[in-house]
Amino acid sequence: MKNGKLNAIVGLFVLVGIICLAYLSIRLGRLELFDGEHYTIRADFDSVAGLKEGATVEIAGVQVGHVDRITLGPQNARARVYLALRREVRLQEDTIASVRTRGIIGDKVIVLKPGGSERLLGAGGAIRETEGAVDLEELISKYVHGQVE
Amino acid sequence: MTYLLAKVGAWTLGRLKEMGRMFNFILYAFYICITSPGHPRHILKQISFIGAKSSLVVVLTACFTGMVLALQGYYTLAKFGSEGMLGVAVSLSLIRELGPVLTALMVTGRAGSAIAAEIGIMRISEQIDALETMALEPFKYLVAPKLIASIFVLPLLCAIFDVVGIWGGYLVGVELLGVNPGAYFGEMENSVQWKDIYSGLVKSGCFGVIIAWICCYRGYYTGHGAEGVSRATTTAVVTSSVLILVWDYFITSVLT
Repeated sequence: MKNGKLNAIVGLFVLVGIICLAYLSIRLGRLELFDGEHYTIRADFDSVAGLKEGATVEIAGVQVGHVDRITLGPQNARARVYLALRREVRLQEDTIASVRTRGIIGDKVIVLKPGGSERLLGAGGAIRETEGAVDLEELISKYVHGQVE
Repeated sequence: MTYLLAKVGAWTLGRLKEMGRMFNFILYAFYICITSPGHPRHILKQISFIGAKSSLVVVLTACFTGMVLALQGYYTLAKFGSEGMLGVAVSLSLIRELGPVLTALMVTGRAGSAIAAEIGIMRISEQIDALETMALEPFKYLVAPKLIASIFVLPLLCAIFDVVGIWGGYLVGVELLGVNPGAYFGEMENSVQWKDIYSGLVKSGCFGVIIAWICCYRGYYTGHGAEGVSRATTTAVVTSSVLILVWDYFITSVLT
């Protein structure tokens, strides 16, 4: 009897602990055990200043994926960003990707604007039309020096 | 002059000897854990004692820590008009720092002192010597189950702490102060990375080693009589609390 009670207490404790762990890692950490739901496409940007791996990718404000990896592109001139998108999201070839800021000091996100092309991007495809991060300082200095159009 | 030098030398040697003995103690304990970890029942008993029975105090601490974080964070964030980030502030500080550290401190206070006292009393009542006389390995019965149990239990307690703390923060932030619940969880999910959770769990595993190590060591080499045990218990709690905080800094600087 006493033995059973001990086992039950330990079992309950371990169960609660593991549930909490699972909640943390799956809900908050977005630990993907089987990454079968995403496919990757890449996009080259002039600047991705402030963008972090794991940042959201959205279309019309709806989250459709996340930034998988950020590296330097060929010739070390541009930033190459790999985007992991959900399978059901299909993108046209002339989609435009831009780096945007949520709010004034918020996180950087990637916003996709679907195009009108017939041809769709598959896994490993590349988005050609991109807009880099807007550098607020550069903008202000342009304004100060009166070069803004 | 020579006398003073000799004093300093003796003190240094004494400290070094103690450190060496502590190091040997943990190495030998790990060796025993691997070769003959003892009966599963002993480990189960320790899991129940160190883990399950600490969970109430951990839940209480977690709840109020999360609540006060939300309260403090709210007024600071409200100055910048970014109350929506409250969830991020609460969850990141809980998952990265407060969860592992506060859990470890609570377990030290609750279970660590008891471990030191238990082993200390076995030492002064010559039960450990009796085990040795019967050619039974005292580490197998006293130290190994506690070490294994606390390595296993601390990350679980830490996970419980994090979840309860986040919901405590939700209670104050969303229900009392009126932060948007969608923003509370949404921003949290965007900002918390698997790396944060992982480093918190690694930390609490390390704290588990520290607690079992220091408390068993202090009890095992206790002084004479009741006074010796009382001193061993006190030093065990003080040393492991300080070590936890110091180790926390180093582990954070390595992991991030």
